[in-house]
Amino acid sequence: MHKYAIFFVVLCAPLSAHAANDAELQTMREQIRQLEQRMQQAEASQPAEHDHAGSGENAFNPAVSLILSGSYGRLTQDTAIPSTGFALSPNNHGYSRSFSLKESELGISANIDPQFRGVATFALAPEGGSSVENAFVQTTSLGQGLNLKMGRFFSGLGYLNEQHAHAWDFIDQPLVYRTFWDNQLGDDGLQLKWLAPTDTFIELGTEIGRGRGYPGSNSQISNGAGATALFAHVGDDAGVSSSWRVGISLHQTRQSNWVSTNVPSKNGSLLSDSFSGDSNTAGLDFVWKYAPDGNTSETSFKLQGEYFQRKQDGVLTYDYTQPGAATVGANLSGNYSVTQSGWYVQGVYQFMPLWRAGLRYDQLDPGIAQVGATISANVISDYAYTPTRSTLMLDYSPSEFSRLRLQLAQDKSRADLIDNQVFLQYVMSLGAHGAHQF
Amino acid sequence: MQKILCIFLLLLASNAHAALNIFACEPEWAALAQELAGDKANIYAATNALQDPHHVEARPSLIARARGAQLVVCTGAELEVGWLPVILRESGNPDIAVGRPGYFEATHYVHMLEIPARLDRAEGDVHAAGNPHIQLDARNYPPIAQALSARLAELDPANAAFYNGRLQAFSSAWQSALKRWEANAAPLKGQPVLVHHRAYPYLEAWLGLKQVAELEPKPGMEPSAAYLAQVLGELQQHPARMVIRSAYQNAKPSEWIAQHAHVNIVALPFSVGGSPGAKDLFGLFDDTIARLLEGLK
Repeated sequence: MHKYAIFFVVLCAPLSAHAANDAELQTMREQIRQLEQRMQQAEASQPAEHDHAGSGENAFNPAVSLILSGSYGRLTQDTAIPSTGFALSPNNHGYSRSFSLKESELGISANIDPQFRGVATFALAPEGGSSVENAFVQTTSLGQGLNLKMGRFFSGLGYLNEQHAHAWDFIDQPLVYRTFWDNQLGDDGLQLKWLAPTDTFIELGTEIGRGRGYPGSNSQISNGAGATALFAHVGDDAGVSSSWRVGISLHQTRQSNWVSTNVPSKNGSLLSDSFSGDSNTAGLDFVWKYAPDGNTSETSFKLQGEYFQRKQDGVLTYDYTQPGAATVGANLSGNYSVTQSGWYVQGVYQFMPLWRAGLRYDQLDPGIAQVGATISANVISDYAYTPTRSTLMLDYSPSEFSRLRLQLAQDKSRADLIDNQVFLQYVMSLGAHGAHQF
Repeated sequence: MQKILCIFLLLLASNAHAALNIFACEPEWAALAQELAGDKANIYAATNALQDPHHVEARPSLIARARGAQLVVCTGAELEVGWLPVILRESGNPDIAVGRPGYFEATHYVHMLEIPARLDRAEGDVHAAGNPHIQLDARNYPPIAQALSARLAELDPANAAFYNGRLQAFSSAWQSALKRWEANAAPLKGQPVLVHHRAYPYLEAWLGLKQVAELEPKPGMEPSAAYLAQVLGELQQHPARMVIRSAYQNAKPSEWIAQHAHVNIVALPFSVGGSPGAKDLFGLFDDTIARLLEGLK
């Protein structure tokens, strides 16, 4: 810039030199020479800041990303049958037979102003239609280790819950996530997290929301919070090669008129039941990651596990009839209380660059329900079955933006029905790709 | 009660005036900060030279360290785009947000090379702002040191004179070291080399090395057997003296090509701590040049 200015002055000098005499010209030349010298000095003494757009996800403002995913499934059992003992829970497994397009996920994020950042993720369903998966704003300048989120977000409880589907190590969620959280707990509300000012990672978080996601009932009848969650995470490195994080979570909500269809009863028929009552869940999670010298691009290993226990206590209406239904059921109500639990543990080993193999084991405990006398003749209290599943995975990632996966599973989550599953999947992302969480 | 409160507040206050906490993304910037801040700073290096700085996990320990940092010193140019944004966000520390005095990017102060004319992921892992591996040209350090020292003084004005003194000492030591390195490296000028990753344009520009081929088909993509065979074919026409890789990279591709093309392997420290000799920034360049000269033999 400076050089151009000097060049310009020098170019113009002969024009204005018309009337000037030699002495004046001489002075001007000397002045220009001095000016040039001063500028050179200034340039030399000051580190030049080179202009280029700042890096970070805001280099594209806003950052836009699109996840494309599809799968092929080969199953030996009907997918609609729920895990034994969990007919009152969601059974949204997220896969299907034959070829299918998975959800396409469109994400947009950017800083809004110096105080806020906004994130929105839209899930485009393969059958058409879209849903708002995440749409939240978060503070960026509270300081003191505080982060506040407002809007629709995945809850920070557990380890897997916050991860988006494209970051999962398997094509589907663990059974405990499918039955306890309808795959992923999302809510509309507030989340406040605080990071302790210590060298060890200690994070405390609390959430209140309307209870949009299961087991909440998305209630609109009360002005209060429909669900609350508390969680704590602690993590650190163990030497240069290992790092870990452990967590504990609590979740509390009230289910109101949660209707499940195809619930088995003692007489063998499949009927609709409705449950209303308190739902309290506690969870433990851990993850341990290992890479020689911390270099994850060659080989690495990840071990993670989570355990959740839920107590539901309320009233069950057996053979519930939806208002306006053609046939009227028994509509018998009685007390119903059950404590269920589930866990999984999985290991993923990157045995060479780009290639990973994983193994996962799932188990659920349906528990033994305390059933009130009015409905005990019909409602099953003890299924006497432990649903399990073993899953094997192999994936290949030509780059950090693309992944191809083979998954084999033996699903024994349904009594007397062994489902041998084969899946092929691709997951790819285009556009800005945000950094992944630990 | 009031006394206890007073003591507590005093402790907090004294803590606030203690040494600067510096979070360095890569070990070369930790080493530079050490040269410039001496014992006035607690310096934490987020990665080591055996880690690929493109692929680092946003580990809980990094988030915890960023929480208490007054200054983050990173390469920039999107080198840390896969992990740093999460750390800055989760740390709940607005002082180190991008654009604040507590956020320092070294690539802002040097002339960037290989700024792509076309941004397309089909070209592999390219960075819009240019090649981010600026740390292997020793001439890049004086402007970065000057800017970093000014930043230290801005954040900790009480020690401004101290930082300036350290800068002067570092700069004069660096100038004489530069002369030594350039004299020692004279035989490297014009030598054709083969590289694993496109990580050395600054080193090549400085020492006059001539890069004839890369082992990665596209930046950031693993070399395949088929591609290595192709590179081997190209070497018939454009022979190279040595094949260069960095400490964190897989040795197999360079070993294969070295065996088949009969060239020497040179494993460079790439950053401070990447070899036993690269104990500090001066050692990094002493060792780098010594290894390159060894590759000529």
